[in-house]
Amino acid sequence: MIELANITKTYTMGTQEVHALRGVDLTINKGEYVAIMGPSGSGKSTLMNIIGCLDTPSNGTYILNDIDVSDMDDDDLARVRNQQIGFIFQQFNLLARTSALKQVALPLTYAGYSRRDRYERAEAMLKSVGLGDRIDHRPDELSGGQQQRVAIARALVTEPSIILADEPTGNLDTASGEEILAILDDMHQQGITIVMVTHATEVAERTERAIRLRDGLVVNGS
Amino acid sequence: MNVTESFLTAIDSLMANKMRSILTMLGVIIGVAAVIALMAIGNGFSAFVSNEIQSLGTNLVIIVSDTDVSGGYQTLSMSDIDALSDPANTPDVTEVAATVQSTKEIIYQRRNTSATVVGVTSNYFDVYNLSEVSQGNLPTQQDNDTRARVAVLGATIATKLFEDTYPIGEAIKISGTDYRVIGILAEKGGSMSSPDDQIFVPLETAQAYITPLRTRKGEMAVTMLLTTAASEDATDAAIQQITDTLRTRHNVLYAGEDDFQIISQTSLLDTFSTITSALTLFLGAIAGISLLVGGIGIMNIMLVSVTERTREIGIRKAVGALQRDILIQFLIEALVLSLVGGLLGIGLGWLMTVIVAPIMEDAVPVIDLGTIALATSFAAGVGLVFGIYPAWRAARLHPIEALRYE
Ligand SMILES: Nc1ncnc2c1ncn2[C@@H]1O[C@H](COP(=O)(O)OP(=O)(O)OP(=O)(O)O)[C@@H](O)[C@H]1O
Ligand SMILES: [Mg+2]
Repeated sequence: MIELANITKTYTMGTQEVHALRGVDLTINKGEYVAIMGPSGSGKSTLMNIIGCLDTPSNGTYILNDIDVSDMDDDDLARVRNQQIGFIFQQFNLLARTSALKQVALPLTYAGYSRRDRYERAEAMLKSVGLGDRIDHRPDELSGGQQQRVAIARALVTEPSIILADEPTGNLDTASGEEILAILDDMHQQGITIVMVTHATEVAERTERAIRLRDGLVVNGS
Repeated sequence: MNVTESFLTAIDSLMANKMRSILTMLGVIIGVAAVIALMAIGNGFSAFVSNEIQSLGTNLVIIVSDTDVSGGYQTLSMSDIDALSDPANTPDVTEVAATVQSTKEIIYQRRNTSATVVGVTSNYFDVYNLSEVSQGNLPTQQDNDTRARVAVLGATIATKLFEDTYPIGEAIKISGTDYRVIGILAEKGGSMSSPDDQIFVPLETAQAYITPLRTRKGEMAVTMLLTTAASEDATDAAIQQITDTLRTRHNVLYAGEDDFQIISQTSLLDTFSTITSALTLFLGAIAGISLLVGGIGIMNIMLVSVTERTREIGIRKAVGALQRDILIQFLIEALVLSLVGGLLGIGLGWLMTVIVAPIMEDAVPVIDLGTIALATSFAAGVGLVFGIYPAWRAARLHPIEALRYE
């Protein structure tokens, strides 16, 4: 369960302060499928990064699965990301010149799995996203949709309880996007909590709840 | 993540970027190769020199006469030989041989050359370790006493003059006078005034007809005395006795300088080891500097690499890499680069010594294990020292900023 209370995030650029989040209260239950919407610059990515423990709030409390993660240090946050959270980014964020199998095995390396277990699980995960015949391909040898599926396999391979997807179909054509959304639907069926940023209403309609942000505040759906 | 995993991750990353890895290693390869090659050449040179000196024999003490510039008078005389042979003066001296030498024109039929002609006492060959002949005989005491015009040739000059002719009994001209060849020495090797290039005649023959040097008092002179000490340990005592005896005989004042020079193997070795160790140190310093430059090159590339790989670091952190994981990965990368570079450098350095070996002739370059150990640990040290800062920078990157980096 994700519990955010009065979360703020302020960036200081020189003398100017940018208030990316200005007091967000939000609860997302286990197993929910939630869309986050809002105009560009409204703070969606900032919020996702905080939920995903990639960044820490300037103020406020964040309780993740009953543990306060608001002011954990760098390494503790890394452990939380590794064990409980899977990320899917708009730009895929795969390692260059690295095979799909190694990409997917990467989180397991940091989780301390043996080499054999890593590759077994990674291969199984790539099969489950339909890339069983592409495990030795590197990112530049894969289509955008395939790259995003590698990223999904990487997000899922540690069996996280939460998947965070920041505009996962933003760089894809409709057909590839549909494949990705189908996988997300499937994950939802399996009971994984999914939070997805999207600009498209028809994408948001597939979710159970749409949260709207404007100027760093939740205006609807908390 | 344990160290083995970090190591494999680092190897993966290096293999994924082969060109970058090779270029980074280049500095270390060249640095280590320079260390190996220069040290090997230095070692070879000093081994060569000390070998030459040791071939003189450990007990040998040589006394060289001073030459009076104006009249060409010598300070060592025939009577000095007798004085040094007397155990009452020099109890630790066992043998005394003497020579006069000068460079003369040598003619055999139509061939002519110039060579050092050495007039020697008959015990010279024993004292100097030259008593082995390949053909004929050595001059006898009687040849000396009768001032016989006989000559013994070193191996090289014999070949030069006679080629295929059987030399024994042939006559060669020294300064225009005929000498009968009675023996050829076995080849000795060596290059600093090697006996292979010299011609030997009895001492008194030389004094009478070839090198008629005298002392200021008019005695027949010798240019060099060769003495052997009773043992290696007795060398210092022998030198002292010789010095005392000669100074007294030559009436050198208490405050005056010796009018002769004493050379022993120990004194030569001391001098040369000072020179060669300075040389080796100098070469080592040059090589060390090139290693340092190689190390800075590694740091430079690692820093560039951290910047260039900011996104990679962001991705690794996003999926759960700890600061330590990133730190160790980058450190191991630097270490592997410098160690592999070090090994390749050893290979290259070895290749360089093989290439220069023919030019160095007798001073064959010697690669010793110490040099290899030194170069390898230096390379590893370079990797560690110059890898730490970039690795630390990488480890501390903020995941979001790293992911945003374009
Ligand atoms: N590192 C940063 N430094 C300074 N300002 C930042 C930083 N990151 C985000 N911001 C600012 O915070 C605000 C919210 O940014 P955010 O990326 O969360 O928007 P978004 O809703 O994801 O927009 P988009 O739909 O375009 O992705 C913006 O005004 C942005 O300029
Ligand atoms: Mg965004």
